[in-house]
Amino acid sequence: MARTADVTVIGAGLVGAATAVGLAEAGLSVDLYDAEFPGSGSTGAAMGHLITMDDTPAQLALTAYSCQRWRVLAPSLPEACEIDYCGTLWLASHPEELVGVRDRITAFAAHGVRAEVMEERRVREQEPNVCPGLAGAFWVPDDGVCYPPAVARALVDRAAALGAAVHSGERVTAIAPHEIHLANGSRRPAGAIVVAAGVHSPELIPGLPVVPRKGHLVITDRQPGLVRSQLIEFGYLHSAHALGSASVACNIQPRRTGQLLIGSSRELVGFDGRINRVLLNAMLERAAKFVPAVNSTRVLRTWTGFRPATPDKLPLIGRWPSLPDLWIATGHEGLGITLAPGTADLIVAGITGRPAPIDPSPYAPDRTMPTMTTAVA
Amino acid sequence: MRRVRHADVVVIGAGPAGLAAASAAAERGRSVLLVDQGLRPGGQIWRHRDEQALPSAARRLMARARNAGVKLVSGCRLVDAGSPNELVIDFRGRIDRHQTDAVIIATGARERFIPFPGWTLPGVTGIGGLQALLKGGLPVADTRIVLAGSGPLLLSVAAAVAQAGGRVQLVGEQAGAAALRRFAIRVLRDPAKLRQAISYRWACRSAPFRTDTWAVRAHGDGRLQSVEVSERGHLRSIRCDWLGIGSGLVPNTDLGQLLQCQVEHGAIAVDALQATSVAGVWAVGECTGVKGDEAATIEGEIAGRAAAGDAAGAGSTALQAARDSGRRFGRLLEETFAPRPEVLALATPDTILCRCEDVPMRSVDPGWTPRQAKLWARVGMGVCQGAVCGPSCTALFGWSANTVRPPLGNPSCGEWKSGLDSAD
Repeated sequence: MARTADVTVIGAGLVGAATAVGLAEAGLSVDLYDAEFPGSGSTGAAMGHLITMDDTPAQLALTAYSCQRWRVLAPSLPEACEIDYCGTLWLASHPEELVGVRDRITAFAAHGVRAEVMEERRVREQEPNVCPGLAGAFWVPDDGVCYPPAVARALVDRAAALGAAVHSGERVTAIAPHEIHLANGSRRPAGAIVVAAGVHSPELIPGLPVVPRKGHLVITDRQPGLVRSQLIEFGYLHSAHALGSASVACNIQPRRTGQLLIGSSRELVGFDGRINRVLLNAMLERAAKFVPAVNSTRVLRTWTGFRPATPDKLPLIGRWPSLPDLWIATGHEGLGITLAPGTADLIVAGITGRPAPIDPSPYAPDRTMPTMTTAVA
Repeated sequence: MRRVRHADVVVIGAGPAGLAAASAAAERGRSVLLVDQGLRPGGQIWRHRDEQALPSAARRLMARARNAGVKLVSGCRLVDAGSPNELVIDFRGRIDRHQTDAVIIATGARERFIPFPGWTLPGVTGIGGLQALLKGGLPVADTRIVLAGSGPLLLSVAAAVAQAGGRVQLVGEQAGAAALRRFAIRVLRDPAKLRQAISYRWACRSAPFRTDTWAVRAHGDGRLQSVEVSERGHLRSIRCDWLGIGSGLVPNTDLGQLLQCQVEHGAIAVDALQATSVAGVWAVGECTGVKGDEAATIEGEIAGRAAAGDAAGAGSTALQAARDSGRRFGRLLEETFAPRPEVLALATPDTILCRCEDVPMRSVDPGWTPRQAKLWARVGMGVCQGAVCGPSCTALFGWSANTVRPPLGNPSCGEWKSGLDSAD
């Protein structure tokens, strides 16, 4: 009989990979499973922002903490992870979007995150290709971008080097008390189980409040210098917040290669990955409104991906009561890349009984949540 | 603003297959739009500047399309299709949408390259690419040229080089002498192919032709200076200004994949009437399997008739027999000129596999899936979207065809956007 690992982690996206590393570093033996290969799911389709967000105080606390953890992690990752601290420039079309921004700067500062208001003239100095006539911007210089599948690969390699057993291409189809079932019909004993299977987590835990929220992305040819920082319109906050209807917002990232990665869209259509050309059109119009030069870039390809969304926009991190020793790490919506290291720390603290680095209660999976009335099958 | 237009039948590609398909459909009273990337019709095989210089079969087919009322639009390409009935076409920078009842895919083939050290040096080019350069007026008089590849294209390009005054140092065919003899016996039974082969060989008669011969390494400081070849088991170095390479042709399946057509063994799968797995979509010529211009013309004829509702005409015994014969020839081509193991083993860990993204062989594990190679090593993520390295990877690692994501052919964001549906 093979030994039973202390912890079985299901899903080697960035969240599962970071969790496996954290557990292995804590001295636990780890089995890590992925249905395809590390970073092949939502991680492989993601933009890869490392971003501080403050939709709620709990979101701010976790993004700020996790961004700090990225700072520690980044220097040890290979070049292919393409980590660039390009900052985020939140573009305001109307003065009212900047109302209350002073309070946000104060809140960011309380978490050690620098942020400032940038007047239009300085925005145009920093980003000459941004359209004229903006009301200004909110500048967060410490944000960054990365190439998520390469990070997932590097972290899984690290976990393996620390002794974790990596089972790539082995799909877990069900979980039972201290046991997992695989697609090939075999069963494996398990100690603690961490479900980090992203949008597929409800297939293992029926009733888990996670739905796939589809997004489109477009990558362009190489246009070095056309955009320097990550450009997001303030309207993105509304787009990301409302769970019901389809929405788009301008979200443009400069990549290490000189390419632009253009998002973002959000819609609830189940796992239908086909391109919605109406929504895509609206998304590109939005990008071109803020950066007209986007129109002259050449489009290499478009793809879709699914964010694991929850009803209250906060992830599910912690113990789940349906089985003994069952832990959940999913529901990060569009912030899974940013939140992976912070999530890993909370899970490791929970399993080892060590003190958590931040208050974990806002992310407890069995917290009271609004029902997901807009959820679709 | 974009315009929405209608044509009963839209044919993509004006090579032999597309010209025949468009003509057959138009002669049956259908309105036919023939969309072609080239500046003039004819496809790669009949690329020309002066129509009078073309073979008579080509001139006849072009005249037939004109007389039948086919609307040919040159320098245009299909960039996206939300469904087979809704095509987004780039008319030299202006985007139009075309509604249609029938699509005939005639997108031809492209060259396959098996990487070897130095294959990305300037001066090294595809054999077909070299032919296109010659037709475009590349001066080669008194330059030294080595051709090392596989398939009938070798001889036709050698002839074109010789006629343009180039000095062909060597024509190397990687296929073995025995396989080539079997192929020659088949060609002997076909007077047209035999005449063509003889005329090509005559045109480049001073150039040595060697079987069991391939390029091992290209040398040069910034540009090609010489090539090391393995000639029947012996290595030798030849100084040259141009090296034409290529391991045969592979079908262009991108448009079929975009329209969700089934692809088998790297070609768009079709039935006896050239219908694909998707209703309203036919595919003809090299994109359904490489077999030459004569067979492609037959397939075009069948699909043009079928798409115009003339199933009886499309299924005629004579056409079907000719089509089957063409397919058999295609299979023989594939067997005869398949890359040999020694050629598949030429690349070293430093050899570039994906030239758009500068990915060397050592960055890739043959045990990966194609998607893993994309996400982990950027293979096929560049401007050509795997058009070049996709067939290399299939030959080297047995990987399935590259996934196709819209748009096709890198339109500008503004152009493409104008072809997408808007909410209003």
